[in-house]
Amino acid sequence: MFDPAIIEMIGKGFLESLYMTLVSSSLAYLLGLPLGIILVVTDKDGLKPCAWLNSVLGIIINLLRSMPFLILCITVIPLTRFITGTSLGPTATIVPLVIGAAPFIARMVESSLKEVDKGVIEAAQSMGASPFEVIWKVLLPEARPSLILGAAISVTTILGYSAMTGFVGGGGLGDIAIRYGYYRYQTDIMLVTVALLVIIVQVLQEVGLRLARLADKRK
Amino acid sequence: MSTGTPLIQIRGLSKVFRTDAGEVSVLEDIDLDIMEGEIFGIIGMSGAGKSTLVRCLNFLEMPTMGTVYFDGQDLATLSQKELYKVRQSMGMIFQQFNLLMQRNVLKNVCFPLEIAGVRKTEAEARALELLELVGLSDKASAYPSQLSGGQKQRVAIARALANNPKVILCDEATSALDPATTKGILALLKDINRRLGITIVIITHEMSVVEEICQRVAIIDNRRIAEVGYVQDIFTRPATEAARRLVFPEGERVDHFTSSRCCRIVFNGSSSFEPVIANMVLEFRQTVNIIFADTRNIDGKAFGQIVIQLPEDKLTGEKMMAYLRNRGLTVEEVRDFV
Repeated sequence: MFDPAIIEMIGKGFLESLYMTLVSSSLAYLLGLPLGIILVVTDKDGLKPCAWLNSVLGIIINLLRSMPFLILCITVIPLTRFITGTSLGPTATIVPLVIGAAPFIARMVESSLKEVDKGVIEAAQSMGASPFEVIWKVLLPEARPSLILGAAISVTTILGYSAMTGFVGGGGLGDIAIRYGYYRYQTDIMLVTVALLVIIVQVLQEVGLRLARLADKRK
Repeated sequence: MSTGTPLIQIRGLSKVFRTDAGEVSVLEDIDLDIMEGEIFGIIGMSGAGKSTLVRCLNFLEMPTMGTVYFDGQDLATLSQKELYKVRQSMGMIFQQFNLLMQRNVLKNVCFPLEIAGVRKTEAEARALELLELVGLSDKASAYPSQLSGGQKQRVAIARALANNPKVILCDEATSALDPATTKGILALLKDINRRLGITIVIITHEMSVVEEICQRVAIIDNRRIAEVGYVQDIFTRPATEAARRLVFPEGERVDHFTSSRCCRIVFNGSSSFEPVIANMVLEFRQTVNIIFADTRNIDGKAFGQIVIQLPEDKLTGEKMMAYLRNRGLTVEEVRDFV
């Protein structure tokens, strides 16, 4: 059904998709995790309440999150060019992906950390733990299962975003699906790429669930 | 057990919470001394402010006015770093235990030691020692979710003891436990107080907890301290309305009998092992009717009260009351009491 060139192209697209997703997720977590922690810590019931910082961050995150991802991709093209030298291909796509995903991740992290029992935080404080120790030794470890689940959701969302960047020449499976399936009506190629995307999402989600279950000592 | 030197001194402490609805005053002008080595109870109805008060003792809540001296140090003058250090010598246990759910029992007990910067091998050895003390050596590698409430509180006590604290603050530590488990936990606290000489402050809304282990008690009512004193004194002669409510939670129990001559006998702990009433009946060859009796064991002595109906003959009644007074009991006519 497919000639070797097309199979090779799909294989390359598959790897590109994984590459974009994993690199962007890692970089987005590098930004989103500290942001999420700051959101929780500066909250009015947080370890170090700071109303203005909390609202400013909240507004920026909401603005970025409310921007349609394709529009964001186009808006940040100058920045993408500045950082990667091009606006096309998987590496260039990492820039808008990180910018689009970091606020989402910040909110995921925030909600995970807010699940941690206030009493446990208070107990740590009563033992003389500093805010940093509370974050590092209580908040993050106690929220670990929830953070892992959140990561599975975030990574699959980023994979979805990465497929969308096909419209602006982002590379990967989404790019193939759009070029062959949408512009050239080659439905079979599109179906294969979509099936591959579905499989990646399933695998990531399942792995995330299992890891979270393994990490959780509450049962 | 008390050495007579104050470990915690609360001076002019007030706490106001600022909420959206305005300012809410929770504690007003609290003065209190807690002595080294004693078991001190702070009792009050829910909402009286006792949980806030105990959090002011280690500055988890900053007092709005006034201050707390711990071991001679004014906590209000300390820097954040110094405060963290001081908190390491104050253990705290909670109603909901507040264990780290993702750490096993051993690692939970190690937690305060990690914060104090103790080396890992040393911390683990110490933690095992403490688990031995609270009788949970076999649960070292279990996770809190696998333990019962009483076991969780034992782990919390071991954790609170890790850094050799001078005091353990207990915030409703037995309120989530059944009566049998409560007894076990209170016995453990008492044992810790006796063996290690650690001061214990107990916040509770249950008079039975105070009776069981406290030597002195402060009654908080309506944001203020209503009464402070030895448990036996407050129990036998509650001076304030708040104290009476706690001592007689079911309300005034004797008012049906005020028409006939009744007297209330209060046992102060020294003479209740002697069968006084029976001896009196034998001596006077006149029966009395026991209308109400409530005696219990407090810290190794018996305390309580008995209300008896005296014979109609006024002279015998007077003589009986004199007889009881001679036995060192507090006796009063119930008419005056109600």
